[in-house]
Amino acid sequence: MTNASFEPVLLARINKPDSASLASYKADGGYAGLRKALDMTQAQVIDLVKASGLRGRGGAGFPTGMKWSFLPQNITGPIYMCINGDESEPGTFNNRILIEEDPHQVLEGIVIGCYATRATTAYFYLRYEYGHCYRTLQKAVDEMYAAGLLGKNILGSNYSLDIHLHRGACAYICGEETGLIESLEGKRAWPRIKPPFPAVEGAFRRPTVVNNVETMACVTHIVNRGAEWFQSMGIAKDPNNPRDAGSYGPKLYCISGHVNKPGLVELPLGVTARELIDKHAGGVWKGRKAKAVVPGGISMGFMSEAELDTPLDFAGPGRVGCLGLGTAAVIVIDDHTSMVDVLYNACRFFAHESCGQCTPCREGTAWSTKILERIRSGNGKLSDIDLLLEISSSIGTIPGTTICGLADGAAWPIKTAIAKFRPELEEYIRSGRKSAAPQLVGAH
Amino acid sequence: MSTVFVNDIEVEVGPRDNLIQAARAAGVEIPHYCWHEALSVVASCRMCLVEVGEKKPDGTIAMGPKLVPACQTPAKPGTVVKTETAKVKTGQQMTLEFLLLNHPLDCSICDQAGECYLQDYTYKFGKAQSRLNEPKVQRLDKYHIGEQIALFTDRCVMCTRCVRFTREISGTAELQVVARGSVEEIDVFPNKPCNNKLAGNVVDLCPVGALCSKDFLYKKRVWWLKSQKSVCAGCSTGCSIEVDQNEDHVYRLRPRANPLAQGHFMCDEGRFGFKYVQSTNRLSGPTSKSIATVGVAASAVTKFNGNVAGKLFQPADLAVVDHWPAAIQEAREKIKAAVDSSASSFAAVFSPMMSVEEAYLLASYLKGLNRNVKLLMGPVPVVGEDDCYPKNVNGSAPTAEKTKFTIRAEKCPNRLGVEKVLKHFQGALVPIEDAIQGAHGIQAWYFVGGYATPDDSIGWVSPSIAKATEPAKLLIVQDIFPSVLSKRADIVFAGAAFTERDGTFINHSGLAQAFRAATRPPQASRADGRILNELCLRQGLYNTEFLRKEIASKIPSLESLSVGDLGVHGVELHQLVGAHL
Ligand SMILES: Cc1cc2nc3c(=O)[nH]c(=O)nc-3n(C[C@H](O)[C@H](O)[C@H](O)COP(=O)(O)O)c2cc1C
Ligand code: SF4
Ligand code: SF4
Ligand code: SF4
Ligand code: FES
Repeated sequence: MTNASFEPVLLARINKPDSASLASYKADGGYAGLRKALDMTQAQVIDLVKASGLRGRGGAGFPTGMKWSFLPQNITGPIYMCINGDESEPGTFNNRILIEEDPHQVLEGIVIGCYATRATTAYFYLRYEYGHCYRTLQKAVDEMYAAGLLGKNILGSNYSLDIHLHRGACAYICGEETGLIESLEGKRAWPRIKPPFPAVEGAFRRPTVVNNVETMACVTHIVNRGAEWFQSMGIAKDPNNPRDAGSYGPKLYCISGHVNKPGLVELPLGVTARELIDKHAGGVWKGRKAKAVVPGGISMGFMSEAELDTPLDFAGPGRVGCLGLGTAAVIVIDDHTSMVDVLYNACRFFAHESCGQCTPCREGTAWSTKILERIRSGNGKLSDIDLLLEISSSIGTIPGTTICGLADGAAWPIKTAIAKFRPELEEYIRSGRKSAAPQLVGAH
Repeated sequence: MSTVFVNDIEVEVGPRDNLIQAARAAGVEIPHYCWHEALSVVASCRMCLVEVGEKKPDGTIAMGPKLVPACQTPAKPGTVVKTETAKVKTGQQMTLEFLLLNHPLDCSICDQAGECYLQDYTYKFGKAQSRLNEPKVQRLDKYHIGEQIALFTDRCVMCTRCVRFTREISGTAELQVVARGSVEEIDVFPNKPCNNKLAGNVVDLCPVGALCSKDFLYKKRVWWLKSQKSVCAGCSTGCSIEVDQNEDHVYRLRPRANPLAQGHFMCDEGRFGFKYVQSTNRLSGPTSKSIATVGVAASAVTKFNGNVAGKLFQPADLAVVDHWPAAIQEAREKIKAAVDSSASSFAAVFSPMMSVEEAYLLASYLKGLNRNVKLLMGPVPVVGEDDCYPKNVNGSAPTAEKTKFTIRAEKCPNRLGVEKVLKHFQGALVPIEDAIQGAHGIQAWYFVGGYATPDDSIGWVSPSIAKATEPAKLLIVQDIFPSVLSKRADIVFAGAAFTERDGTFINHSGLAQAFRAATRPPQASRADGRILNELCLRQGLYNTEFLRKEIASKIPSLESLSVGDLGVHGVELHQLVGAHL
């Protein structure tokens, strides 16, 4: 399937009038998937999702069906599902559009997912700032209860489920799955050490599945249209690499930054950054050229202009030194922008958002921000670059020095900026210029 | 058990041990801050990072690619731990450099200097220089954290041990982390200071000089302190402690971990309640109504115990005898005369503050004079009810299985031990209050006190005891503070407090622990064991190890004391002899 002939799946309904209502969703065939799923066994639903090759859309790209099958078998007591709608990765807004414009598509996937995992309670953890999403979701959930789509004996089946909406705590770290669970339990969102993984011991010490909003929306369509259909989109797994799980299905790409037409587009996984910018975002603004592009949220690091033909699937960004596909939120930085300012902004974000638990992350993120502040004030030293590199190489789960991936996300912009833009950084330091961009103050 | 390999040293460790413990067993120190045996594992400080691998059955070793926190990693069979690789060393240096970034480096005025893990680890594992070129984060000190606790905020390494203590052990949850990232701090809610009865433990738990005890603050450099292993006399829990002293002055008590006794902690009543031993109201030497040598005594006493000159007690209405032999001899003669005239009219009152040895010496001596002498149990102080932790959110006590620490209502260390001695010699236990009901006919008394009652206007002597002893023909009192009785006594022996004596206490559960003298008794007062040894005309010096063996051979219920040396954790009475070794 070429991208030109691609029919939107997740965004298919968003321009319809009243797209968020249950009536309009049902008119378009909504909840047929749920009925289908309820007629299948739980294992059959999991197998279907496994066969589709669906990988989590929240950032880590973990195969969803496999995650569901990690739940312990033959246990008594509740299993929980947490829907991760904390969406705080800079540049990311796909969850928001899905919830605001077509919440039932997401909720249907949630009920199916809960059925498959035998969860009897789902907690929808929603970023606090998403007030409109909250109200839309609440309305949709109320409609579902009224229509017998939630609560006891859903659609006349033996299956019962409750969904609770939970408004978040205004911190990026609440999106990390175990930070989310802690926050849900009313505690400080300090990510937990693993093991135990949430599938074994999660919310309220019970087996728990955490999935992203877009992931759940995909589930709805997989049940409706089948695994084969899902696999007809995207990039197939590399037959020479047994560890590659492929990148199947449609994906929402958020495009922001220095483009003429920022926004959300849906395309099969694997579109290149260049195609996204030129074909779908109206090109770089003001007739300029791109200098750097963030492939999937700032924590993935930077691609250079020369790397823009990299396919944005789960494997692509990694091949050019980025951390991964992340949230597929593409941020374009034009060639008039100083990488010192960009990097400073990235570092400042992570210093502000570090939960403060792990020494290397807490101190490393703050220190690198201070160094960049000093460089921006014209007082940088060439040795600062190596120091930044050393700090960024010593924080994160990849070297093994932190509990969660926030620190890796903090390290990658630094590492990739130095790897790809070192001459520019050196020139800046040598010049002793003060940054023209304003000092950033206040919260994010 | 599992076999693990730490820097190529093979050790056997328990199945629940982590790699810090495994390394310890191999004699290898893995630096750590956040991990503490009694608290949950958070693995956040990242001081304990090591390289870990697995030894396959065929002998090959596969090392993992990452650094891992030793505190979080179980010592599975075949685990290979490397603590000295370049990667580990760089990791340690980096963590320490991070921790010191915003540290004020005010060690010269920090109470913790000398016992600070930031100092020690930096010296052993860190590097000498910080590469920070920017201003440090500065935080205000918080003197208000607790009545007994001050927080030097910018010395904190955010290990959260203190926070976890108040959540997991005291259950009172006063401490918390506020703010986020590198500007986060430890704090309390406004007007909700950390004043729970176990609060002082957070000072010991704090690996650096952030949480300090106001009581100890700026009183003494720790390297001048000498520690003695002892047992708290505050209640029948019998917490194992260290008594830290310098020049016969006790500066602080600290808990000493003992799985057989209290665990890792101690309560604030015990921690700060020892001050009575340094009260200026202490009895200062032996006195007797019949030997009036006040003037001589003062100078003689000063010479004898010159280091406490200036703290001299001036007795109001009794004569100070400057030489113990005369007082002891007088007592011995008067006791004998009284027992000879009517043994059943002679009563000795034992205190639950006494050690097993002291009780044994006095009981065996008196019963040796005549088996009709009465041995009575003195007042057993009980205040309220046992206080169990962790409290739940409403402040109520945990169930027995969930209890992690108990402050006992019985405010004495050795009721059980003294009772065992009395039961052996007397057959039955007779509390003094029972013995003085009605016409008791007791005319001669030997009272042992030792209670923590520095204020003699309150004292430990109940009105009924005071009344019952009024007509006495002979009254001998061995105590540490003046009381209604000492003021009336024919002879007073100034004894010693628990920090000044050697002996055995048996706690609520039957654990026999040795406590040891950390300081000398003030002025001309004397350790009770030594007084009794001479009173009983025993050969040689008072020696607890020797006495324990003797007691074990005589009193079946105390047979476990036959080991003599009770070790640092003590011996459980029901245990077979030697089984703890
Ligand atoms: C610092 C940090 C922040 C994260 N924020 C989010 C988030 O806002 N939304 C989200 O879905 N996943 C987020 N994740 C990823 C989650 O931990 C988790 O992998 C994901 O929710 C799993 O869902 P999925 O398998 O459906 O992708 C974050 C991870 C980290 C380390
Ligand atoms: S890596 Fe950073 S954000 Fe994650 S748990 Fe550690 S300190 Fe918190
Ligand atoms: S005050 Fe001490 S114990 Fe508490 S977090 Fe800081 S360093 Fe740790
Ligand atoms: S619990 Fe009892 S023995 Fe332990 S410290 Fe407190 S008073 Fe002393
Ligand atoms: S002791 Fe292991 S991370 Fe703190």
